[in-house]
Amino acid sequence: MDDNVTSKPQLNFFEDTGGRKGIFKWILSTDHKRIGLLYFYSIISFFMVGVALGLLMRLELLEPGGQYIDANTYNSAFTLHGVIMIFLFIIPGIPAVFGNLILPIIIGAKDVAFPRVNLLSWYLYVIGAFFALSTLVFGDGPADTGWTFYAPYSVNTSTNVSMSVLAAFILGFSSILTGLNFLVTMHRMRAPGMTWMRMPLFAWGLYATAWIQLLATPIVGITLLMIVAERFLGVGLFDPSLGGDPILYQHMFWIYSHPAVYVMILPAMGVISEIIPTFSQRKIFGYKAIAFSSLFIAFVGYTVWGHHMFTSGMSGSARIIFSILTFIVAIPSAIKVFNWLATMYGGSIDLKPAMLFALGFIFLFLIGGLTGLVVGALATDVHLHDTYFVVGHFHYVMFGGTGFAFIAALYYWFPKIYGKMYDVKQATIAFWVMFTGFNILYFPMLVVGIMGMPRRYYDYLPQFHVPNIISTVGSWILVTGLIMVIINFFKAKKISAEEAKNPWGGLTLEWTVQSPPTVLNFDEIPTVTSGPYEYQNKEER
Amino acid sequence: MSSEALQHAHDEHRDDAASKLGMWLFLFTELLLFGGLFLVYSIYRNMNMEDFHAGSAHLDIFIGAINTIVLITSSATVAISITAIQKKHYRLAKGLLWFTILAAGVFMVNKYFEWGHKFEIGLYPGGDMFEAMPGGERLFFVLYYFMTGLHGLHVIIGAIIIGFVIKEINQGKQTYDNFAFHENAGLYWHLVDLIWIFLFPLMYLII
Ligand code: HEM
Ligand SMILES: [Cu+2]
Repeated sequence: MDDNVTSKPQLNFFEDTGGRKGIFKWILSTDHKRIGLLYFYSIISFFMVGVALGLLMRLELLEPGGQYIDANTYNSAFTLHGVIMIFLFIIPGIPAVFGNLILPIIIGAKDVAFPRVNLLSWYLYVIGAFFALSTLVFGDGPADTGWTFYAPYSVNTSTNVSMSVLAAFILGFSSILTGLNFLVTMHRMRAPGMTWMRMPLFAWGLYATAWIQLLATPIVGITLLMIVAERFLGVGLFDPSLGGDPILYQHMFWIYSHPAVYVMILPAMGVISEIIPTFSQRKIFGYKAIAFSSLFIAFVGYTVWGHHMFTSGMSGSARIIFSILTFIVAIPSAIKVFNWLATMYGGSIDLKPAMLFALGFIFLFLIGGLTGLVVGALATDVHLHDTYFVVGHFHYVMFGGTGFAFIAALYYWFPKIYGKMYDVKQATIAFWVMFTGFNILYFPMLVVGIMGMPRRYYDYLPQFHVPNIISTVGSWILVTGLIMVIINFFKAKKISAEEAKNPWGGLTLEWTVQSPPTVLNFDEIPTVTSGPYEYQNKEER
Repeated sequence: MSSEALQHAHDEHRDDAASKLGMWLFLFTELLLFGGLFLVYSIYRNMNMEDFHAGSAHLDIFIGAINTIVLITSSATVAISITAIQKKHYRLAKGLLWFTILAAGVFMVNKYFEWGHKFEIGLYPGGDMFEAMPGGERLFFVLYYFMTGLHGLHVIIGAIIIGFVIKEINQGKQTYDNFAFHENAGLYWHLVDLIWIFLFPLMYLII
């Protein structure tokens, strides 16, 4: 990789508008970095709506009995919260934002393979989001089914299920197109010399993710369409009173939605695999193991959907098989964690905010993963199914895992994208506030779940009061941390081009280009001659 | 470079292998989309053998067979038109594509009569005949409308895409050495054909 600084700096992608004016600079641009930022701003906006709903629910649960919202509103709140967080935030999150911003640069390409399809994906995302949020104002209010839209209730309720389901369908299309685009990009556009075994691990994470997006999403798409058809035509595809089979719906739904869990977590693991070597200044331990474990997770992830249905009526042998398979998926995840720890071992660890969030990820993801084994085991799940233990578990995985990785990625690549630097000290404080608030918010849920408090209720028995108070207070602390992150984002200051170019001493290709990158990313497509994390040879370069 | 020149550099980028790979992956997702329906169909068929049997007796094998022939022929003409454009026979290529669109039209007209007849005799959700049927038979017809409806939608989309290919040939954008779009449209049309080749025996023929 040559490091020669160009004598005449080219316009960066903020300055180069492609001849467009006003808002069209953004919404008509096919530059992958602008599209990445479009996603970023929209996703963050929806995330905040989702957080507001989460806070509302926690507020209601501060005390037993109904205080602020009634039962129906609560049902709509957790459904919309779930729909927003799953379909609008956590599934598109890292791939659509950081995949778009970084993937082409990190593999040495000028753009993704299909720039216009890329823009189309964003439009589909926005349309889907509009559909989802429109249920707030149109029809009989947001769906009250939970984000899983289980039949037959979803077929019979009068709330605006059709709209939410169509939203999920359209968002699925957006997700498919993004995955397709990334797959082709990685197959066709890697820089000369970048063999598969030299491809950075973030790209590997996205590669495995893209296959899941492609192979799983269509199934849920068609299943959701069947729900819409059933609602409009009054026919019995899944309604048992009309001859349909509701369990079949659950199978079809989870065949997608379990793999979707890996769409949420694999890109996050990719981010962590970039950050850990950079801030330890060490070669990643077990590159191949990490790369292949992504593929393995993606592959085995298809076979475990049944663990969501242990209590809904499956044959005994099916339940046992699904339980065993679920345990098998834990192996590749554990391989990754061990490799990250081994990478850090003996390295000079630099606790910058991105690294802190990465470590936070590992810690919270471990709790999420271990509680996952608890609900993945047939016997314990029968006790814990649909209790707050499950809510605690998936927040640890999705928010503590992927959510923290999202912020880690933001703090890692922020100077590259904006050519600015945030306040490192404040970001560090924000991390500790968030981390503390997070555990205060979600750990009591695990406890109260084991005590037997069911989920998806706006009220509870008095004996569950104390953990619920703690949890709600935790939600306030966590949100304070989130607000600090956002304020820090707006207060970031411009720094010199040289400082912004490679502030962390990373070795992957994105750190060799100008900050912010130019429209075509590279003056000249680089030729790659070694793996991405050769820190021990750094002095010799 | 000025921004116009940059934009140009962006547009110049051409990689036929990439667009073909992208198309194949997309077709894969389409197959899975229908695959979900085929799965539901086979499960319910297995649960309601008799009723599905009775349901399929209401379908007109003759129209179905005609439509099968129409689609297979149109698939052939698309394929030939790709060879034609490679040999610079642009008029022929366009003619063959027009024929394909015509075939799509014939298919849809047949479909219209087929569905129309069923609606007339009350064979639709809410119709007298439909409501009088046992549950399994109703499921059969729900899936029949859903699957052939979704397929019909694909026929229409495919015909529109082929229309755009013709337009691009007229504009000189699809040429003998640059026909990736033409080829991809052909691939899409083959998929539409292929799905029908599964739908036809599954719905009309299996007794
Ligand atoms: C401040 C942040 C958050 C708070 C206070 C919060 C709180 C809650 C609460 C109280 C519930 C309802 C549990 C029930 O009644 O069963 C819930 C459900 C849920 N949350 Fe969150 N949450 C937050 C962030 C997130 C994030 C970041 C995600 C995803 C990445 C997420 C995903 C979900 C999902 C999928 C559900 C299930 C909805 C359903 O049952 O249909 N939440 N959350
Ligand atoms: Cu699962």
